[in-house]
Amino acid sequence: MTQSVVIQVGQCGNQIGCCFWDLALREHAAVNQKGIYDEALSSFFRNVDARVVGDGGSISKGKISSLKARAVLIDMEEGVVNEILQGPLRDVFDSKQLITNVSGSGNNWAVGHKVFGSAYQEQILEKLRKSAEHCDCLQCFFIIHSMGGGTGSGLGTFLLKVLEDEFPEVYRFVTSVYPSSEDDVITSPYNSILAMKELSEHADCVLPIDNQSLFDIISKIDLMVNSGKLGAAVKPRSLVTASAEALRKRHKKPFDAMNNIVANVLLSLTSSARFEGSLNMDLNEISMNLVPFPQLHYLVSSLTPLYTLADVNIPPRRLDQMFSDAFSKDHQLIRANPRHSLYLACALMVRGDVQISDLRRNIERLKPSLQFVSWNQEGWKTSLCSVPPVGHSHSLLALANNTCVKPTFLELRERFTRLYKKKAHLHHYLQVDGMEEGCFTEAVSSLSALIEEYDRLDATKVFLQEDLALAQRTERKEAETMKIPGR
Amino acid sequence: MSIVTVQLGQCGNQIGFEVFDALFSDSHCSQGFCSKKENEAYQASCKERFFSEEENGVPIARAVLVDMEPKVINQTLSKAAQSGRWKYGQHSCFCQKQGSGNNWAYGYSVHGPRHQESIMNLIQKEVEKCDSLSGFFIIMSMAGGTGSGLGAFITQNLQDEFSNSLRMNQIIWPYGTGEVIVQNYNSILTLSHLYRSSDALLVHENDAVHKICAKLMNIKQISFSDINQVLAHQLGSVFQPTYSAEGSSHYRRNPLGDLMENLVPHPEFKMLGIRNIPQMPENSLAYSAFTWAGLLKHLRQMLISNAKMEEGINWQVRPPLSGLPPLGRASVGAEPHFNTSIANLVILRGKEAHSADLEGFKEPALYTSWLKPVDAFSVWRTQRAFRRYEKSAALVSNSQFLVKPLDTIVGRAWNMFASKAYIHQYTKFGVEEEDFLDSFTLLEQIVASYCNL
Repeated sequence: MTQSVVIQVGQCGNQIGCCFWDLALREHAAVNQKGIYDEALSSFFRNVDARVVGDGGSISKGKISSLKARAVLIDMEEGVVNEILQGPLRDVFDSKQLITNVSGSGNNWAVGHKVFGSAYQEQILEKLRKSAEHCDCLQCFFIIHSMGGGTGSGLGTFLLKVLEDEFPEVYRFVTSVYPSSEDDVITSPYNSILAMKELSEHADCVLPIDNQSLFDIISKIDLMVNSGKLGAAVKPRSLVTASAEALRKRHKKPFDAMNNIVANVLLSLTSSARFEGSLNMDLNEISMNLVPFPQLHYLVSSLTPLYTLADVNIPPRRLDQMFSDAFSKDHQLIRANPRHSLYLACALMVRGDVQISDLRRNIERLKPSLQFVSWNQEGWKTSLCSVPPVGHSHSLLALANNTCVKPTFLELRERFTRLYKKKAHLHHYLQVDGMEEGCFTEAVSSLSALIEEYDRLDATKVFLQEDLALAQRTERKEAETMKIPGR
Repeated sequence: MSIVTVQLGQCGNQIGFEVFDALFSDSHCSQGFCSKKENEAYQASCKERFFSEEENGVPIARAVLVDMEPKVINQTLSKAAQSGRWKYGQHSCFCQKQGSGNNWAYGYSVHGPRHQESIMNLIQKEVEKCDSLSGFFIIMSMAGGTGSGLGAFITQNLQDEFSNSLRMNQIIWPYGTGEVIVQNYNSILTLSHLYRSSDALLVHENDAVHKICAKLMNIKQISFSDINQVLAHQLGSVFQPTYSAEGSSHYRRNPLGDLMENLVPHPEFKMLGIRNIPQMPENSLAYSAFTWAGLLKHLRQMLISNAKMEEGINWQVRPPLSGLPPLGRASVGAEPHFNTSIANLVILRGKEAHSADLEGFKEPALYTSWLKPVDAFSVWRTQRAFRRYEKSAALVSNSQFLVKPLDTIVGRAWNMFASKAYIHQYTKFGVEEEDFLDSFTLLEQIVASYCNL
């Protein structure tokens, strides 16, 4: 069994990370009845004898003594990390695995990347090496950050190069929160574009997430839970976002529900590697199957169901609804409609009481309405994990390599261009040592090259559509000729 | 003589467990429809082939379990131990921490050489436990990374180190609508390598077994366990002991050798398929009665019309009139066409097996012209029933069964290869574009050879 290390960078990264660890503990607590430190737990947690002073005290088997998250927390401000360390999860984090500063990055990618990058490079390397040493077989780094700010965006992407050089064999999985168009950080387009170049060059796989989409999903659930009709029927602990009472009382902080969704995605992604199932899928299989060309490694994710009704019986129709929802634009975690775009590859990771026949039935059912690229018409990767998430009897995570990411990138580039044309706020960046206008132009051309790749693939889709249209026309013509009497 | 089984990857290990379980429970089945002495001889023969004895009387499967990650092997070992009736050897498994990532190149070029010594040592130890070795039965899938890539590597090693023993590979053909996106690449690389190092490829298609579960076994929510159990039943019906010759009362000693002798007359043609009749849920057995004539009529039609099960057989397909060449060269697209055989083996188990009439299988029209039916067709009969089926028949066939699926896989792989998608994942680990091209060439040659029968 392998281990993974989570690196949470910046305010957003750490808030999501915090939700992730909370959920991970709850999930393992639900499965691990005997309190034994098993291989599944070891994928994200170390077992430490709290009485031993210093760095030793790692216990590899036997009863759980004290669990420590395999995490590195990085932030150039102290607020968020301090809150975590004072909250209910304080014992889960090893205080030696933190890197903080007080001044913050001022929403400036250049400060995060160049200034803090070089200042903290040694420290970062040291913490990473330590966490790697604690792993028997380190398989993957999960980096969580946002694109629009300064620390998560700048320092987070600086990390990628460090990881690539220092640990070339370990996968780099990045969960990136992209700024929505109503983002209040004016320079977020600059930060995002500069970060994108790093993601394209140094990440193995990127899961783009859009705050607006998360917000829309939460609003819909909010509506259902609080509307009274469906509200009572929702099982209390089965909301992917947060508990039903919490949503009803609206006590929780605004981003918590959204962060919970992202945390759930990460948990589901790794569930088949941690728990058993009839068709396992390891983390290295994600990259192998979903990345046909090295640069095209952006995966659109969707998670269903988002809540479970208190209905005990799950008739097949309910199960099938779960599959249909995974492909609807309302369940995607970025603004995208995969049905209208081209699929390069699609992975379905199912958890819980679902069998291969259910999976096959639904693939057959949904296939005709989806467009797959000509060289990958049967481009499905599937996995079945027996352990469902807490509070649910089954769930589905769909990861799609689909050209529907293009609009997100196009919009980003447009917002960037609007700012850059006027050279707005550029001096904040250029005054940082090592930054010059070339950095911006390079970053934007990297993104343009990526968009071009997607354009080229979309062009093949047009052929498919034309073929389809031609076929339909021919069919209709033939049908008309048949109707003419005397023929 | 004994058979050493090598279970590779998740698929190989999951199936391997069901196979041993089926073999064991059949051999200890009380309803053999034969004499007690007969039953005991059957049990002893099965045991010699597949199990070795342990001190406290629990038989140990003659198997080596290999996987590049631990979850499945752990599950398999504990399932066997839990049954209390048989188990796997404690030290017969080889495990690593990180899987092969569905990457044939990783399984073949990285895991293979890295773990060659350890795995071959385990196999050597298992071989030493046998009084005499008939050969190896290697269970693997084609779609993944370990079963396919490491499986190909190990088979080659077995060919080098145990050149006098036979190698039969049980290959699982993936579902047509993907389980793994790069399954077509992994499949062609596996098949082309195995064709050079294996003696026979026994193929099971997931789609076909799935249909059997749905239509014949009436299972509503089919799981991989269900599929594997049907598979195990089919394999058991072939590998359980049979009498060595017509009228003899001794069980044959060299099952693999005899299978190869009967079914693989020419190294260009190595792909075998199994058809079984009847297949039904266990609780229906008591209510069914069959005649050999009925069963064999269906089985013969299944053979010539390329049906995978006894339901939905196309009765229109007929053998070409003898003496005349088959109507046009069998092209892959033409449907339905007559399935020409190179060699067939029918195994009959149960009541009055000695009296069943198999003339229908001896018609020259069923076979290609370069073998006489007397050489191309054999039958093994045993009185002892299999898994409480009063009468059951298995057909192991070397015929055009797999031409269409093979051609489909090659076509899809070629389509993907032309766009160069995913190739970087393979070249990263030393499998170059030439290796792909070589595989395509070999497989297209095989398709052509089978088509031209």
